[in-house]
Amino acid sequence: MEKTLFLILSTVAVVGALVTITRKNPLGSAIALIVTFVALSGLYFTLDAAFVGALQVLVYAGAIMVLVVFVIMLLNLPEGELEEERIPPRRWALAFFSVVPLGFLCIAQILSATPPAKTPVAPSFGSVAGVGRLLFGDYLLQFEVVSLLLLVAIVGAIVMAKKKL
Amino acid sequence: METQAYLVVATLIFLIGATGFLVRRNILVLFMSIELMLNGAAMLFVTFARQWQQMDGHVMVFFIIALAAAEAAVGLSILIAVFRLRHRVNVDELTELKG
Amino acid sequence: METVVFLIPLFLLLGSGALGLLALLKTRGVKVPDRLVSYIAIGGPVLAFLCSVSLFQKVGHDTFHAFGWNWILAGDAWVPVQFTVDQLTCVMLLVVTGVGSLIHVYSTGYMKGDGGYVRFFSYLNLFMFFMLVLVLADNMLLLFVGWEGVGLCSYLLIGFWWDDIEKAKAGMKAFIVNRIGDAGFVLGMLLIYRTAGTLSFHELRAFVGENPDAFLAGSGFFGVSLATASCLLLFLGATGKSAQIPLFTWLPDAMAGPTPVSALIHAATMVTAGVYVVGRTNFLFALSPTSMIIVSTIGALTAFFAGTIAITQNDIKKVLAYSTISQLGYMFVAVGLGAVSVAVFHLVTHAFFKACLFLGSGSVIHAMHHEQDMRRMGGLAKKMPITCATMTISALAMAGIPPLAGFFSKDEILWKAFDNDLGHGTFLWMLGMGAAFCTAVYMGRLILMTFAGSCRADEHTKAHLHESPRSMTGVLAVLAVGAALIGFLNVPHFLGGHAAFSSFVDLAVNPGAHEAHHAGFATEAALAVMSIMVAVSGLFLAWRFYVKDPTLPGQFVEKHREVYEIVNDKYRVDEFYDRSVTKPLVRLADATFFKLIDRRVIDDSLNRLAGVFRWLGARLASTQTGAARTYVAVMIVGLLLVILSLFT
Repeated sequence: MEKTLFLILSTVAVVGALVTITRKNPLGSAIALIVTFVALSGLYFTLDAAFVGALQVLVYAGAIMVLVVFVIMLLNLPEGELEEERIPPRRWALAFFSVVPLGFLCIAQILSATPPAKTPVAPSFGSVAGVGRLLFGDYLLQFEVVSLLLLVAIVGAIVMAKKKL
Repeated sequence: METQAYLVVATLIFLIGATGFLVRRNILVLFMSIELMLNGAAMLFVTFARQWQQMDGHVMVFFIIALAAAEAAVGLSILIAVFRLRHRVNVDELTELKG
Repeated sequence: METVVFLIPLFLLLGSGALGLLALLKTRGVKVPDRLVSYIAIGGPVLAFLCSVSLFQKVGHDTFHAFGWNWILAGDAWVPVQFTVDQLTCVMLLVVTGVGSLIHVYSTGYMKGDGGYVRFFSYLNLFMFFMLVLVLADNMLLLFVGWEGVGLCSYLLIGFWWDDIEKAKAGMKAFIVNRIGDAGFVLGMLLIYRTAGTLSFHELRAFVGENPDAFLAGSGFFGVSLATASCLLLFLGATGKSAQIPLFTWLPDAMAGPTPVSALIHAATMVTAGVYVVGRTNFLFALSPTSMIIVSTIGALTAFFAGTIAITQNDIKKVLAYSTISQLGYMFVAVGLGAVSVAVFHLVTHAFFKACLFLGSGSVIHAMHHEQDMRRMGGLAKKMPITCATMTISALAMAGIPPLAGFFSKDEILWKAFDNDLGHGTFLWMLGMGAAFCTAVYMGRLILMTFAGSCRADEHTKAHLHESPRSMTGVLAVLAVGAALIGFLNVPHFLGGHAAFSSFVDLAVNPGAHEAHHAGFATEAALAVMSIMVAVSGLFLAWRFYVKDPTLPGQFVEKHREVYEIVNDKYRVDEFYDRSVTKPLVRLADATFFKLIDRRVIDDSLNRLAGVFRWLGARLASTQTGAARTYVAVMIVGLLLVILSLFT
């Protein structure tokens, strides 16, 4: 059961990712990306990360992607702009020679490792309370810094996107 | 399911994101490729958090999501500004930072 | 007490600062009323003068030190900002602030309407500040601060009208010639510090008193003792500042500055700094007869030769400049013979009559529309009675006519020169008498050419001749009264006086000095009579040449043309220095240091180095394509390398 679930979710995620980068129209890419995010969220649940999984759907698939779709609609790209020219072989070569060795190396390393078997977790693992306690305890300072970062991003976004201040 | 399977999925998503970034030229797609790479990294954190039963990984994912939100806000506003200036979204034409 | 000591220079510093600010404001277009400026400018010196008077009353037979703060504190070296007030300092303070105040008052009249009015007073106040630091300083290093400070102000004021390139050059000449002397001064200071371990005057005096052998040891330079070496180095500094042979050439050029500056800086105060320094360190000179002989001989030679040059000059201020050099020579004769109090007395009287003469000449120049050539003057007595009267009194005082001040001070010096133990008394005395004769001649000539006879100026100037404003004539009157009466402060013993001034100053420079030997009154009196005769005959000669028969100078020049020319050319010292020092140095600097070292070695090597980096930078810049894709590709390759390095 668990295995089936994993297989379905991971297939959806990888295929969604592939679709994301192959669509000509960015709107199609965005929708594929949302599908990927939801699939990833499901994978998080299978990893007993309920809080993070929920965040993934709420913030990522919800808020951020809505913003992206908004921008796509707003720009209303002309037809010609959507036409992706045929990707030149030089660029394929660049991607091939940088990504393939990296992927090969990483996957080889992952498969050669023998991690200890997973042990069952306590019910509080990955819950809102558990993560929250960490977040407002050990990571309080970082948490506050992140809030500052968001504030700066908001101000920056306003400054840049507005025509005239 | 085995931890390694999750790791392989995470790596694949990261690599797909990287490939997308390297081959596409539409800035919107590039932006989404970055999101893919971020998610690949986030998934690694969740996987290892489960493996070692340490919730710090979840906190990291929380931070990654916050970062992605900030990046989306700034990145998309830059995108709008660039589009307003050139009416194009082709990354190959943006080489003002050439040395 | 200490606050008063610190107040004296502080007044001037504040005044200078305030005036400097006003000058800045003026350049920004703010209207600065001249009246306000003159009040500030005069206020500082007058307040300082009042403080000096109160100090003078309190000092009596004592000496006191006013400690300010630690200036240099490094290991064993300790130099405090500390002021010492003793009798010598008191006298100098009174001269500097008293004469200084008068000249400030005069300047408010003289400089009226000048574009740089505020700037002028700012510099003048700053000069007085440094001069006061110089005379108050307890140690040589602090004295040196004042020393350099007055040099700076002298430079600024000589080149005050800097839009005239000749005047700016005169300022530079003064500054550079002084540097040569200053190098000697610094070396002397270092030598003294190495030997005694202190630069404080009173500590140094105590050190010399306890173990003079330390200074009598050889310096390792042709058997010259340390005392002689350090004294001569200090004296080199003094010759620079006080315009003695060989470094006197800057002072005549310094007359390019406004006349009050010539009076204050180049006659009354700054140029006496060299005398003051030698007097301050007289205990050191006492250890070295060689240096005393050199100092007094150079003084006498300077006095005589400068006197002869003064006779041939036609520019009224140049005459006074050479006369100043000559009188400073007298002071060095006295100070070189250890008779510091006598030198200081001449310094004081000279400050009065020379300041009066300079200011009087300023008054004349003012009236003559900046004409300085005496050949175009004459007959000014009727138009400018006060200027004429005051200048005449001062000239007579300087020529040494009793009972005016110059007679007492100069005669005392001649007596000391005659009556010294160093074995060159007669020589010094004869040079001194020669100089005294010259003094009488050029002073008589100056007064007669300017004020007697008929006016040789053009009609326009003649029509506008006028006596100067009261701010100027009043000052002249005060100075003339000083020049007439101040001699009575120091009536020598053989005339039934008590030499009150000398014994007062001796408290500071010669503590416990025995009373001068009373024998030889007859000789002293005879010498005095002779010097009066010399003075009178000099004046008579001037009258004979310039009033009785005005064709005589021309005939004289015709007959002795070669002698006249060489003297009129100031013995061609400037030309000699130019040929023997300046030109070779310039050539060396140009050929070696500029063309070879600076251009070839330094510039070239730096340019080459810069070229390498420019080439490298151009190559590296091409890797910055500006395309995000390449950057990401490189990052991924970098990531790959990092992972590889982690697993191998």
